[in-house]
Amino acid sequence: MMHLLTSLLWIVLKVLLIALPLLGAVAYMTLAERKILAYAHVRIGPNRVGFLGLLQPLADGIKLFFKEVIIPTKANSTVFILAPIVSFTTAAAAWAVIPFNTDWILANVNASLLYVLALTSLGVYGILMAGWASNSKYALLGAMRSAAQVVSYEIAMGFALVGVLMAADSTNLQDIVLHQQGGFWHWYWLPLLPMFIVYWISGVAETNRAPFDMAEGEAEIVAGFHVEYSGMSFAIFFLAEYANMILISALASILFLGGWLSPFEGIPILGSLFAFVPGIVWFFSKMAIFLFLYVWLRATFPRYRYDQIMHLGWKVLIPVTIVWIVIEGLLIELKVAPWFS
Amino acid sequence: MMIEKLVFYVFSALLIGSATMVIVSKHSVRAAFFLIVSFCASAVLWMLLEAEFLALLLIFVYVGAVMTLFMFVVMMLNLDKEAVQEKFVRYLPFAVLVVALMVGVLVFAVKPSHLGNLGYAMSTHQAADYSNTKALGMLLYTQYVYAFELAAVILLIAIVASIGLTHREKANNKRQRIASQLQATKADRLVVITDMGVSE
Repeated sequence: MMHLLTSLLWIVLKVLLIALPLLGAVAYMTLAERKILAYAHVRIGPNRVGFLGLLQPLADGIKLFFKEVIIPTKANSTVFILAPIVSFTTAAAAWAVIPFNTDWILANVNASLLYVLALTSLGVYGILMAGWASNSKYALLGAMRSAAQVVSYEIAMGFALVGVLMAADSTNLQDIVLHQQGGFWHWYWLPLLPMFIVYWISGVAETNRAPFDMAEGEAEIVAGFHVEYSGMSFAIFFLAEYANMILISALASILFLGGWLSPFEGIPILGSLFAFVPGIVWFFSKMAIFLFLYVWLRATFPRYRYDQIMHLGWKVLIPVTIVWIVIEGLLIELKVAPWFS
Repeated sequence: MMIEKLVFYVFSALLIGSATMVIVSKHSVRAAFFLIVSFCASAVLWMLLEAEFLALLLIFVYVGAVMTLFMFVVMMLNLDKEAVQEKFVRYLPFAVLVVALMVGVLVFAVKPSHLGNLGYAMSTHQAADYSNTKALGMLLYTQYVYAFELAAVILLIAIVASIGLTHREKANNKRQRIASQLQATKADRLVVITDMGVSE
C-alpha cells in the first residue's frame, strides 16, 4: 500500500512538472503572438504592463478570472460547462506521452503515437458540445464548420503519421526519435518532406488556427463556437487552443525534426562544440520554430473559404500522402541510406 | 491487481450505465453523447486486456470520426420528440410481445453450458516488449490477408457507390475553377477610365 502511495505521489509530481510549465508556456505564447503580430503590422504591441509588457498575460488572466461566467438561460447548462473542460482535458492529457529528453517521459507506452492521435481527435467534442449547448445559431454554425474540418484533415494527418510509422517501424514516440539519430540529415523531414508539409498544414487546421479558423470566423459568425462564453469558461477554451498548438509543435518536432536530438550530431567540429547542450534545449527551440510559424501564418494569410478548405483537404493533401506512402515503401524496400538502412 | 479490478468494475458500470442511457434518453443529442461515453468506457476495458491498438482505434475511428459525423447530423435534425414518442406508445403492445418472445426463445435455447466457463480467470500479462499492434498486423497481413483485402474492396465500393448516388451535377452549380482563375491577367479584369477616354 505504501509503495502504491509513493508511486502515485511521484506520478502526480511529474504531472505537475509538465502541466505547470505548460500553463506558463500558454500564457507567454499569447504574449508572443500579440508581439509578433504587432511587429508584423509595424506596431509595438502590449508594452504597458510590466517591463516590455511581460506581465500582460498575468493581467489578462486576472481580468478573465474575476469576470462573471454567464450561462445563457436557454442553454443546456451541464453540457455548456462540460465543453471547455473536455477541450482542455484532451489537450492536456496528450502531454503524458511526449518525450522531452532521453527517458524524460511521463508514460512510455507502446502505442503513444496512436494515443496522441486518438486524443487530438477527441478535442473536437469540446467545440461540438459548446456549439450545441449554447443554443445560438452562430455557435452551432461554428461547431458544424469545425467538425467537418477536423474530420477531413484528420485523414490527411493520419496518413502523414503512417509515413512516420513506416519509417521508424514503431508507434512509440521515444523510439521514433531514437530512430532519427545521426544529425540534421538523418531526421525524417527530408525523406518524408511532403508528409512533413501535409502534417503541418493539417496540424494548423486541426487546431482551428488561421488561415483555417473558420470555426471562429469573426467576420461571418462573430466568434463561432465560443460566442456565448465569458470569463473563466472562455479562458479555458483559450488555454486549450494554445495547449493544442504547443502540442502539435512538439509532435512535429518529435516526428520530423528528431525531437531532443542535436542537429549537429556526427558533424566533425560543430558536433563536439554543441555536445554540452542538453537535449531539452534543442527540443524547445524546435518547438519554438513551429510556434513562430503558427503566428507567422496568421499574420500572412487571409482566411480560407469553406469549400476551399474542403478542396485542399480532400483533393490535395490526401492524394499527396497516399502517393508518398507508395514512394516511401519503395525507399524502405531499396534500403536507401541513411534513413532506411 | 487491485487497481486493475477497480478500473474494470468502475468502467464496466460506466459502460452499462451509459449504454442504458443511450436507449432511455429522450433527447437524441444526449443519447449520442452517452454513446460516446460508452465507446470510451469499452476502450478502457480493451486497454485492460492489453489490446491497446484496438482500444485506441476504437477511440480514433468511432469516437473521433464516426460519432463526430453522427453528432453533426443529430444536431442539425430538429427531431420532434412528441411525434416519436407517440409512435412508441402506439406499437407498445406489439413490441412487448416481440420482446417477450425473444427473451423466451433465448432462455429456452441458451443454457449455462453454452456460455463456456463463466468463471474466467483474469487474463495473464504479456511481457513488456509484447506489441499488440505488431501481433495484429502479423495476423492480418499473413493469415487473413484475403479477408482483409476483400473488406478493403467492399469499403471502396461503398465509397464509390455513395459518392455516385449523392454527387449529381446540378445545372446551375457554382464552383470555383482554380486553374482558370490563375490564368486571369490584369488586362482581363481591369479597365481604367479617365476623362481622356478608356485606357489600359
